[in-house]
Amino acid sequence: MTVVDLPARTHPDERTIADGNDQRKRRRRREYGLFALLVAPNLLVIAVFAYWPIIYNAFLSLTDWNMIAARPTFVGLANYGRTLTDPAFHKTLWITVVFTGLIVVGSLVIGLALAFLFNLPLKGRGAVRTIAFAPHILSGAAVATIWAFIFDPGYGLMRALIEPFGAEPPDWMNNSDWALPGLVIVYLWKNVGFAALIYLAGLQGLPKELDEAAAIDGASTWTRFRSIKLPLLAPITFFLLITTVIGTFQAFDVIAVMTGGGPGDATTTLSWSIYNEGFQAFNAGRAATLSIIMFVILLLVTTVQARVMERRVHYR
Amino acid sequence: MKTRAIQYVVLIGVAAVFLGPLYWLLSTAFKQPTQIYQWPPAWWPHLTWENFSLAWKAAPFDRFFLNSTIITVIGTALKVVNAVLTAYAFAYLRFPFKKILFFAVLGAMMVPGHVTLLPNYLTVASLGWINTYAGLIIPGIGSAFATFLMRQHFLTLPTEVTDAAAVDGAGHLRTLWRVVLPMSRPMLITVVVITAVEEWNNFVWPLIVTNTASMRTLPVGLLILKDEEGLAAWGTIMAGTLLVLAPMLLIFLIAQRYIVGGITAGALKG
Repeated sequence: MTVVDLPARTHPDERTIADGNDQRKRRRRREYGLFALLVAPNLLVIAVFAYWPIIYNAFLSLTDWNMIAARPTFVGLANYGRTLTDPAFHKTLWITVVFTGLIVVGSLVIGLALAFLFNLPLKGRGAVRTIAFAPHILSGAAVATIWAFIFDPGYGLMRALIEPFGAEPPDWMNNSDWALPGLVIVYLWKNVGFAALIYLAGLQGLPKELDEAAAIDGASTWTRFRSIKLPLLAPITFFLLITTVIGTFQAFDVIAVMTGGGPGDATTTLSWSIYNEGFQAFNAGRAATLSIIMFVILLLVTTVQARVMERRVHYR
Repeated sequence: MKTRAIQYVVLIGVAAVFLGPLYWLLSTAFKQPTQIYQWPPAWWPHLTWENFSLAWKAAPFDRFFLNSTIITVIGTALKVVNAVLTAYAFAYLRFPFKKILFFAVLGAMMVPGHVTLLPNYLTVASLGWINTYAGLIIPGIGSAFATFLMRQHFLTLPTEVTDAAAVDGAGHLRTLWRVVLPMSRPMLITVVVITAVEEWNNFVWPLIVTNTASMRTLPVGLLILKDEEGLAAWGTIMAGTLLVLAPMLLIFLIAQRYIVGGITAGALKG
């Protein structure tokens, strides 16, 4: 995120030459006071509910606590040791990576394809763009509920789509091979319109001259796509990559409504297991440990983003 | 000509992929139960309101609706006020270490919400706010992204206008209310709409911080309805789902350009 760093606009009466020194000091003090007053509520909420949780998590991760006992028992790094060597945790991490990877690749590829489609001079493309984007702003819980019915092997829409091909519809959400792909489909349906929208804005901002010159030189559509458009869209691809990873890592409502992490642990992602450990198993220490692990992973992702963005600004 | 025809076929196919599930929802919500449990499926419903009254009987949807509305309206109002005041202060007022403070506000965006769930639950519990509106609303009213958007926007406004207001003797709050905000209407609407959509759709926080039906919000109530009714009552469940979606669909259709504008601005300027 680049912060445009403009100097603060001074109130003109600050600049009045006739101002006495005392008066100026008083004015300045009043300005400081007003600043503090305006900013305090927001900063307080941010401090208590965004920054303090990190410290609190770090502390809780060093303890064993069922949230009923009067106070947590200090256990040192035991939670980390146990979690990092736990095969169930490895599986959770793997599922999270697969889930995130499929969604990232799916959103980028389908999003880009849709953006190109919406960029063609077709009648009604604006309406279809709107329709494709709409699911992005809908409640994840509600979208997941619709899809739970669509995936119903008995009376769901998917059965009507699959049966004509002579195949038997799977029991998506109760089959450990199909549950994760099912979630990926729902998640993509909900969010691919966002990637399409961002790519479309990027496409429309590309300089036309380069593409036209290449076309005159006889470059094929595919060459122009690969050697001109795709590289120019790289910053947007990168932005989408990072935001999709961060969003998908925290995906919760779709999983909670459709599978509850199951069947078995087939869809237990890191975000689900934080909820499960904290609010179903009441194991604060474990939940805090998993939270810290998620925080560190996503912090690394954002740090890489900041580095790359910086380089882009400096060496362009 | 042939390529154009193929392109139109693809465009229609895409529309069908995104409209299909929504039509499936809408038609099921108004179908009679016998129509829902038949194969091949009925594509056109014999209209009935039965599913809605069944949903109402199965769960207190009026209460869910009220709770969702209260949380969305008050939560959005407080968050946007926070964003506007903070953005104004950072754009127009002097303060020692202002830059560091601004990065402290922006830094909140680097903290993934899911990571804060357990500590915030414990904090809210120690404040005695479990299962209250305060507990549902207050933790979410801190604003980093909206503050960022508003501040960046304020910095693009011409200085002459705010200066003129100050010369006319207007104080800061008056300048904000009379000059800066009216000049920022589109950005303000964008921030309000995006915040309201987030508040309405919020799921995990209301799920963990409430524990009685009377305090549940619509998305959480829907999960409970689905878990209780199971596979035997898709009509009832789809009626409930429609109640959760309809207000946001309506807002989206009305304020579409503000939402789209805000989201692309946030992405491309970032």
